Amino acid sequence: MSDSKDLLRAPFELAYNYKRSNGPVMSKFFEALGEQKILGTKSSTGKVFSPAAEFDPDTHESLNDMVEVGPGGSVESFSWIEAPQNHHLIKEPFAFALIKLDGADSSMLHMITDCNEADLSIGTRVTAAWSETTTKRITDIKFFTLEK
Amino acid sequence: MSTEDTPKDYSESPINLEYFYTAGSATTRFLNQVKEGNIVGQGCPKCKAVYVPPRGSCPRCGVATDIEVPLTDKGCIESFTVVHIPIPGNPIVPPYVCAMIRLDGANISFLHLIQDVDIENIRIGMRIQAVWKPKEEWTHSLENIKWFAPIDEPDIDVATLRFQES
Ligand SMILES: [Zn+2]
Repeated sequence: MSDSKDLLRAPFELAYNYKRSNGPVMSKFFEALGEQKILGTKSSTGKVFSPAAEFDPDTHESLNDMVEVGPGGSVESFSWIEAPQNHHLIKEPFAFALIKLDGADSSMLHMITDCNEADLSIGTRVTAAWSETTTKRITDIKFFTLEK
Repeated sequence: MSTEDTPKDYSESPINLEYFYTAGSATTRFLNQVKEGNIVGQGCPKCKAVYVPPRGSCPRCGVATDIEVPLTDKGCIESFTVVHIPIPGNPIVPPYVCAMIRLDGANISFLHLIQDVDIENIRIGMRIQAVWKPKEEWTHSLENIKWFAPIDEPDIDVATLRFQES
């Protein structure tokens, strides 16, 4: 058996240059992000989903009634990243968090930064900070910060 | 409407996965030979099947393939596909041929490129040989072989490629 230090090792990158077709509902959601607006979809029972959902998970009806939500919201849960790695978009300590935007009944997974771990708890108020350039992607919301 | 006014119905959604690949013992032995321009398969001590590239064990018998079997860089086309559609990020210009290459003395085939071939004339059983890059460019990679090209030898009868239980 060869010693493990004699084994060949090499970095390896696998990349898929996908283009994702957004469909009629999600297109509106992403287009609005480009205008620094966060939309959700509203069901006949009055529930609002943001990020927009194409179908109501309870009633199974298709959704296309768009309403504006946020940009403030509250933390539903979070996971603190003390030492971000290369693939993280934020290089300083930050949290991945589920954020329930004002006016929405579901929560959005995003990042919270510019704060300490001790500043965050379930229910903490946060607000969206926008990217300098918009690409009509979820990263148009750069991250969330503590509400002043 | 200019293209800039046309709303996109898609978004760019690239995915990048960065690995650190450890070859393992069998592939390390194989690639160390490839770097020297040699193709060395590995044989099963039980059923005598020869695997190239080797993965370290025989899937038929479940034992380690610890017999080194030097092979030539000649073989035949076991199956092939003519690719007409360009694949984003692939520098090879269509039409080109991808083929499963069965080297002489091996019991499995591997995927490689066929060039210097008349596409109309390509067929299963056709004799081919590796075209190597200049020696200075050899690394631990089967890309040391630029492609395989037809040679002037009679076709192989595909029936002879079937594995004979010994
Ligand atoms: Zn075997």
